[in-house]
Amino acid sequence: MSALEPAALAQPLASDGPPTLTKQARAQNGHRPARTEPAAVRIALTLIALAFLGLFIGLPLLLVFVEAFKRGAAAYVAALSDPDALAAIRLTLLVAAISVTANVIFGLVASWAIAKFEFAGKSLLITLIDLPFSVSPVVAGLIYVLLFGSQGLLAAPLQAWDIKIIFALPGIVLATIFVTFPFVARELIPLMQEQGTAEEEAAISLGASGLSTFFRVTLPNVKWALLYGVLLCNARAMGEFGAVSVVSGHVRGLTNTMPLHIEILYNEYQFGASFAVASLLALLALVTLIAKTVLESRLAEEEPR
Amino acid sequence: MSIDVVNITKTYKAFTALDAVNLHIPTGELVALLGPSGSGKTTLLRIIAGLEWPDSGEIRFDGADALNRSVGERNVGFVFQHYALFRHMSVFENVAFGLRVRKGADKLPEAAIRAKVNELLALVQIDWLAERYPAQLSGGQRQRVALARALAISPRILLLDEPFGALDAKVRKELRRWLRQLHEELPVTSVLVTHDQEEALELADRVVVMGKGRIEQIGTPGEVYDTPATAFVHDFIGESLSLPADVRGGRLFLGERAIALDSQGASEGPARLLARPHEVDLADPAQAPFFGKVLAVRTFGPIRRADIQIVVPSGHVVVEAAVPFGEGLEIGSQVGLVPRRYRVFGAKA
Repeated sequence: MSALEPAALAQPLASDGPPTLTKQARAQNGHRPARTEPAAVRIALTLIALAFLGLFIGLPLLLVFVEAFKRGAAAYVAALSDPDALAAIRLTLLVAAISVTANVIFGLVASWAIAKFEFAGKSLLITLIDLPFSVSPVVAGLIYVLLFGSQGLLAAPLQAWDIKIIFALPGIVLATIFVTFPFVARELIPLMQEQGTAEEEAAISLGASGLSTFFRVTLPNVKWALLYGVLLCNARAMGEFGAVSVVSGHVRGLTNTMPLHIEILYNEYQFGASFAVASLLALLALVTLIAKTVLESRLAEEEPR
Repeated sequence: MSIDVVNITKTYKAFTALDAVNLHIPTGELVALLGPSGSGKTTLLRIIAGLEWPDSGEIRFDGADALNRSVGERNVGFVFQHYALFRHMSVFENVAFGLRVRKGADKLPEAAIRAKVNELLALVQIDWLAERYPAQLSGGQRQRVALARALAISPRILLLDEPFGALDAKVRKELRRWLRQLHEELPVTSVLVTHDQEEALELADRVVVMGKGRIEQIGTPGEVYDTPATAFVHDFIGESLSLPADVRGGRLFLGERAIALDSQGASEGPARLLARPHEVDLADPAQAPFFGKVLAVRTFGPIRRADIQIVVPSGHVVVEAAVPFGEGLEIGSQVGLVPRRYRVFGAKA
């Protein structure tokens, strides 16, 4: 501890200028190399990082495509045009569309309320939004089975009205919404809090209604962050396995999403077909990655100056 | 449009931001609310605008109740402290905003909006910046956009919250004069919040000095400077030389020593004697009401000041006095002080 102290004390003296440096100023200071390690150390560190990435992420990703095309393009197309595979793709797209829409609406409402207003129970709401991150997806799926399943709490009224939730589309959508709940809200809350309420107040003082203020001022100010949240939310919604696996019932052509379909094919030793479908999800990941990089540069524009 | 503030009280939990404030602002006047931070001046401005609601009291515009009208309906132009420009809109669109959000019969055709915005941009002298975004503007330019935007709704009342707070000294002075001119040209009643006394004294027709949620004094810039109503105003506006004293039997005492100065009818008990440093003469210690030891002499530009340590019953206080340029003051020597003009306030005032 005592050995660290001199360095800690020296730090404020060493930095020229006030402690509240702007982002640009910090970036400029960053151009000055703070530490100059020997070239060998730098190269070795870079190589280790690259090797690690290549071995654990690059190679598996490559393997997915290699396996998918092992038996030629015809087999690949056949695997994807199989009725069960098509049904799985359709269901995945449908579930993602519903749950992303739901979470965009919820995320906007929640972050607007949290960032722009003071109310009782605000910190509880913030904690609840984070809950899906800390709960295992399997547990999330199980919650819905316990609620809506045939032995569940709400089994009797559901049966009376002939509503099927578990082993059907509603259950899959509910489980997906639960798991992807935080993505949009978590992206928007900090940005909206940083931007404050001054622009909204200005809009209202100029005669804008609440709704008009939201669509003309609040929403445009966070549009890139919102898109970013949608992107992550969508990627997770399409790829979710655990929670959906519990509530889906694995009915082929009916309640199988792409990840579940991949697992079934794999377990039936249809490796080619399994990897063909998997390659679609891998492709989604790559597209998401590129879109994310583009969005991140736009996102910097929204940061308050 | 005249503004009446009647018995306005506002509390935040345990903190009283405004304590039964009364204020009348006649049509066409430019009034400055001046006070230290936490004095309630911004809260009062926001209540007049309708951005905040009082716990009790009334706000009247031209005699008509304003509290039952929302911000949008009050038709006040509000210039925010950090401008609050819409960051994703060009300067032109920022100014046009108030016209574009109109509904129904009030809606203007595009050509009329363009004409009005261009006219406003010309008025605030930034028509050449119309296509820029707020992030590309300097502080002074942002200030002008904020003003043009507030004026777009043709307000009869213009409210400005620390309008020059974020600008450097030179731009500040220039914009100040320009704002004063603009106020003369437009049919508006303006209220300006500031903690900068120079700004308030130079700009305003009348200055409202606030402290701790109360109005301490309302008067012209000359009045609040020359005849401060309370010790607080004396301290806050201009420089002050302050000495603790006692009033006993209508006479002024420094400790046990009677002082040959008028107690000005201050209440019995502890009091404070306040004077402006430039209205205090240096004299022979034996003949002056106060004397003390010279600690330091400083010169900045045309001003020369001395720190003088005066012994008082509770120890000693250091005061600042103006020193004429001819006078050679030796550090460590004793010097007497004779206030030409001064004010005595009871400890409560």
